Amino acid sequence: MLRSRFGKMAMATTAGAMLMAAAACGGGSGDSGASTETQGASSEAPKAAGLKIGLAFDVGGRGDKSFNDSAYAGLERAQKELGAEIKDLSPAADGSNRGDLLRQLANAGYNPIIGVGFAYGEDIKAAATEYPDIQFAVVDSASNAPNVTGLLFAEEQGSYLAGVAAADKSKSSHLGFVGGVENDLIKKFQAGFEAGAKSVKSDIKIDVKYLTPDGDFSGFKAPDKGKIAAEKMYQDGADIVYHASGDSGLGVFQAAAAAGKQAIGVDSDQYETVKEADLKKVIMTSMIKRVDVGVFEFIKAFQGGAKGGSNTVYDLKVDGVGLSTSGGFIDDVAAKVDEAKKKIVDGSVTVPAKP
Amino acid sequence: MMPARLQRTLLTLAGAAVAVLLAVAISSVAILAAEASPITALEAMFDFGDTQAQVATAVAFILNRAVPLFIAGLAVAIGFRMNLFNIGIEGQYRIAAIVAAFVGSQFVLPGPIQITLIVVVAMLVGGLYALIPAVLKVTRGVNEVISTIMLNYIAINLAAFLVRGPFTGEREAGQLTTSTPQLPESAWFPNLNFLFEMFGLPAPRGGLWGFLTVAILVGVIIWVVLERTRFGFELKASGLNASAALASGVNPKRMVISAMVLSGAIAGLIGMPEILGRTHAYGSNFTAGLGFLGIAVALLGRNKPVGIAVAALLFGFLDRAAAPLQFADIPPSVIAIIQGTIVLLVVIANEITSRMSMRQEERRAARQLDTTSQAQAEVAA
Repeated sequence: MLRSRFGKMAMATTAGAMLMAAAACGGGSGDSGASTETQGASSEAPKAAGLKIGLAFDVGGRGDKSFNDSAYAGLERAQKELGAEIKDLSPAADGSNRGDLLRQLANAGYNPIIGVGFAYGEDIKAAATEYPDIQFAVVDSASNAPNVTGLLFAEEQGSYLAGVAAADKSKSSHLGFVGGVENDLIKKFQAGFEAGAKSVKSDIKIDVKYLTPDGDFSGFKAPDKGKIAAEKMYQDGADIVYHASGDSGLGVFQAAAAAGKQAIGVDSDQYETVKEADLKKVIMTSMIKRVDVGVFEFIKAFQGGAKGGSNTVYDLKVDGVGLSTSGGFIDDVAAKVDEAKKKIVDGSVTVPAKP
Repeated sequence: MMPARLQRTLLTLAGAAVAVLLAVAISSVAILAAEASPITALEAMFDFGDTQAQVATAVAFILNRAVPLFIAGLAVAIGFRMNLFNIGIEGQYRIAAIVAAFVGSQFVLPGPIQITLIVVVAMLVGGLYALIPAVLKVTRGVNEVISTIMLNYIAINLAAFLVRGPFTGEREAGQLTTSTPQLPESAWFPNLNFLFEMFGLPAPRGGLWGFLTVAILVGVIIWVVLERTRFGFELKASGLNASAALASGVNPKRMVISAMVLSGAIAGLIGMPEILGRTHAYGSNFTAGLGFLGIAVALLGRNKPVGIAVAALLFGFLDRAAAPLQFADIPPSVIAIIQGTIVLLVVIANEITSRMSMRQEERRAARQLDTTSQAQAEVAA
């Protein structure tokens, strides 16, 4: 009795909602900016060889001066060098519409589509199943469907070099590591950094602090937390702190500037991307992760007819990761860093990916 | 003359409409400041796509987004009805979701039983977690705002620990996100795609979550409980005037505990649509923040189930526009601005309209009093 009445009510509500939707779409379709843009593009497609690249950012979006911006640099390069049409989308603050962004890009005719960040792993898989004719790529996550390419980076190798440089430069034999979110990705940074530092001084002290536990991604955009964590390390005697915490790194740099100590940036060459002069001079070096190279190389390979289903790893051998030298702070230890790099490339040193 | 009740309703609706229009106007200023055209933005919001499949997908997205928001709004509203501020919805639904997802993955039973069990576990865990601040309040007088906020942190961190540790499932090589073990297929809530097919539309990609039906059912039950039962009346009475309620025999301690636990039990359902309908597990990507959004939705809906449903659909509609706005080169933060201004303005409009109707009520009473005293005077003469 209740069931049938309830069923009718459910149907009536849904019907009402759909009617509203239909009316709404009748008014808006056809002359909207978005749809004319796509139609225009497909009619003059031959000029751009039909290459339309869609890219969906992780939470934080464009303008983080780090990870996402690096991906965008690769996309921009594809626009310039390959004449591609590009579109980048940022998700809602809670990341609840990641899957929807991928679908919207696919519906608008973008191919290939790139998801930036390991959080896209499952959404890419779902989208790849729904759109088997479109090629996808996901940064920091492994391939999980025949039309998905995983773009992986050997962060532990780059972090190893950062550890070598930091241990050589440290006067107090005391370092710090600030991780944004305690997950397996950021642990790779920690593992490499510790291994590198210990290869120089086996008894070196390294303070480790994660800003938020796994599953709570706010640690990547909490400069206040980054600052408090780094302040504690500097007060305890650390003189160089390495951060792998996205936006929160700004707080680490602020703490370093206040304490008159040094810090190591991550993902992009942060000496170049950070604007404030007083923060610039504390950035000894940055562990660069060439997400831009990964994105661009994937697009180029796609143009050459490459299909997904496998992973591409960007490591030290192909300069997918490395250390920046802007500012000239680590020029005096460059020889040692190069030696460590050589050992990793020739395989005589294997860097652990887990702390 | 119009009946007072109808007049009040019309006044409220007019207030809400003015608030929404004002919010659109204010947001237009923000859009202009971002060097984009508000007209293009509006068009993008109402552009559901060129093909029927896209329209169906867009409608399903709005409904899928609205369902958890609606449940969250209901959970908040139950407390708000008696001036009990359960800010702990966030923690209650996260802890309920992970426990229910884990428990549900540990056995296989026929579909309806399996799903019912998972839902019951979620409600139990949410209710029990809300019992803590309720007990603290009645026994030690701890303010529930403070205790629920603190319990949020505990729940979020506990859930993060559980999903990495004791409750973790298998993960594919190279996958960095962690999640509880996958639910067996019997626990997958059937989707409602047939509704679209009934209207001759293609099925939406991703599907319309079947939990929509449960949400509507819960909404109806809550409406009956709040408006048509003694419990609902006592709840409202305690909120309007606690000492008067006490004087007429309402036990305030019992009310605090039952309202808080009911609120927590409903909060336990917030994560269910996503877990039973899409992810089939609680993972580190699980949608966070719905508990806080629920507060805005409840405010917007004036703590009434129908109002909350409208507010949730409005939020779902605005959230869907995130992608189309970006296609039109308009920053998606515009949506957060619109949502914020709407909530603020609706709260202001509510205050104004309730004062207006109060004044009208007073005038009407005064007039009636006038006529009766005149009649009495005539009789006396």
